[in-house]
Amino acid sequence: MYSEKVMDHFTNPRNVGEIEEASGVGTVGNAKCGDIMRMYLDIDENHVIRDCKFKTFGCGAAVATSSMATELVKGKTVQEAMKVTNKAVLEALDGLPPVKVHCSLLAEEAIHAALWDYAQKNGLEIEGLEKPKSDIHEDEEEDEEY
Amino acid sequence: MDHRIYLDNAATTRTDAKVVEAMIPFFGECYGNPSSIYSLGAASKKAMNSAREAIAESLNTTPQEIYFTAGGSESDNWALIAAAEAYESKGRHIITSKIEHHAILHTCDYLKKRGFEITYLDVDADGVIDLEQLKASIRKDTILISIMAANNEIGTIQPIAQIGAIAKERDVLFHTDAVQAYGHIPIDVKACHIDMLSASGHKLHGPKGIGFLYIRQGLKLRSFIHGGSQERKRRAGTENVPAIAGLGTAVKLAFENMDENAKKITAMRDYLIEKIEKEIPYCKLNGHRTERLPNNVNFSFTFIEGESLLIMLDMKGICASSGSACTSGSLDPSHVLLAIGLPHEQAHGSLRLTLSEENTYEELDYTVEAVKEIVAKLRNMSPLYEDFCKKQKG
Repeated sequence: MYSEKVMDHFTNPRNVGEIEEASGVGTVGNAKCGDIMRMYLDIDENHVIRDCKFKTFGCGAAVATSSMATELVKGKTVQEAMKVTNKAVLEALDGLPPVKVHCSLLAEEAIHAALWDYAQKNGLEIEGLEKPKSDIHEDEEEDEEY
Repeated sequence: MDHRIYLDNAATTRTDAKVVEAMIPFFGECYGNPSSIYSLGAASKKAMNSAREAIAESLNTTPQEIYFTAGGSESDNWALIAAAEAYESKGRHIITSKIEHHAILHTCDYLKKRGFEITYLDVDADGVIDLEQLKASIRKDTILISIMAANNEIGTIQPIAQIGAIAKERDVLFHTDAVQAYGHIPIDVKACHIDMLSASGHKLHGPKGIGFLYIRQGLKLRSFIHGGSQERKRRAGTENVPAIAGLGTAVKLAFENMDENAKKITAMRDYLIEKIEKEIPYCKLNGHRTERLPNNVNFSFTFIEGESLLIMLDMKGICASSGSACTSGSLDPSHVLLAIGLPHEQAHGSLRLTLSEENTYEELDYTVEAVKEIVAKLRNMSPLYEDFCKKQKG
């Protein structure tokens, strides 16, 4: 069901953990749909992401996308991190099964939520960054039965 | 351990070698159509009769009341839709429960769209329906009660004898989905006043794609498939003779060994439950502790999600199942776990282990160790567990 890369990041997730006194923390998703992602960012004075850690409650795809997202934002400036979209995470993982694509949305949201927290704490404005939603809403259509 | 540990016997069972052996002649030299006059067809006819008799005997009924179908879902669809159509002049109200299999719930949705009214009975925290609520729900226009004999996820056994008695007293038809229960616990359709019963072959070491519907004599239900005169004209089409022969053998084996197997599996089940409760913190047994199928174990592990657990168990060679949304192909966790009152995150973190007589205590020990290790690993990366630990400290 999952690509080799997804399985690799699921079984050996990178950057699991917490950062004490993080520059920014963001938690997205909800327990109702079974995915919660929390991302911690450690950002230096030049707005470069020095370190990134995550904790995730969710399926294999949710864990793998969290892990890959931390890898992708590490070492980037906050502005560059804004370009780590769900598409970028998906591509880096060689794709996800269609029913799991919403997990990659969560990774992008988690990055944004953590960046928003950082911007709020420091009175900054990050171009293109909007206040994160409190959770992710799903509008997936189910096939009607007749 | 280098071999596979199969703990998903509620999903399907390994086809017994004797069952396969019983089927093989009907793919080969005994290929005759059972409806034919010549002797080549007679062997097929004989195998079918023998299977039908074995099933009838197992339920304390007659062979004429057993109709072969393609499995549990077909039986459920046929029973509900045909009964609704047959009795709609009397009324359009049907009673079922919130924890039925989707073959019942989605068929009820279909009937609802066609003007029937459905009452879904609640269940208590153990998954048992309330007989008083059942009685109070029966109206003048109630035509059918459909309650499963035992639940597929949490294994809870329903009081079908009492339900049958209530249905009979109030002159309402009673159908039971016995897909999980049949062949595992005894069911007497006469004593329980059951009018229709659905069962499936592959849940009792029989072949897939074969099952049956018991329809009480005198009940006038329309044909499921129109055509030839097979199955007393109620389900036309040349019968799946190899599968029926296999089903017959599976039924004979299941009932010959039922007491012995149930005793053995129940002991293993209770051993597994006790060990998990002892070894793994923050877990909850789902379903009734004693009124449950001999083979069913279902736990929720707080702070973790079921699909992750299943993938990691698979990597250790263990086949299991979960009620998490991710494993159901939808975004909601199991309706059964929500109906017994679990919060969403606990429903997502469920694990179902279903045994058979082929399992060993060694396998169970290995499984508990594996679950313990994986649950700890997943909790370590869970933000819910992090919050919980901080709250404990603070």
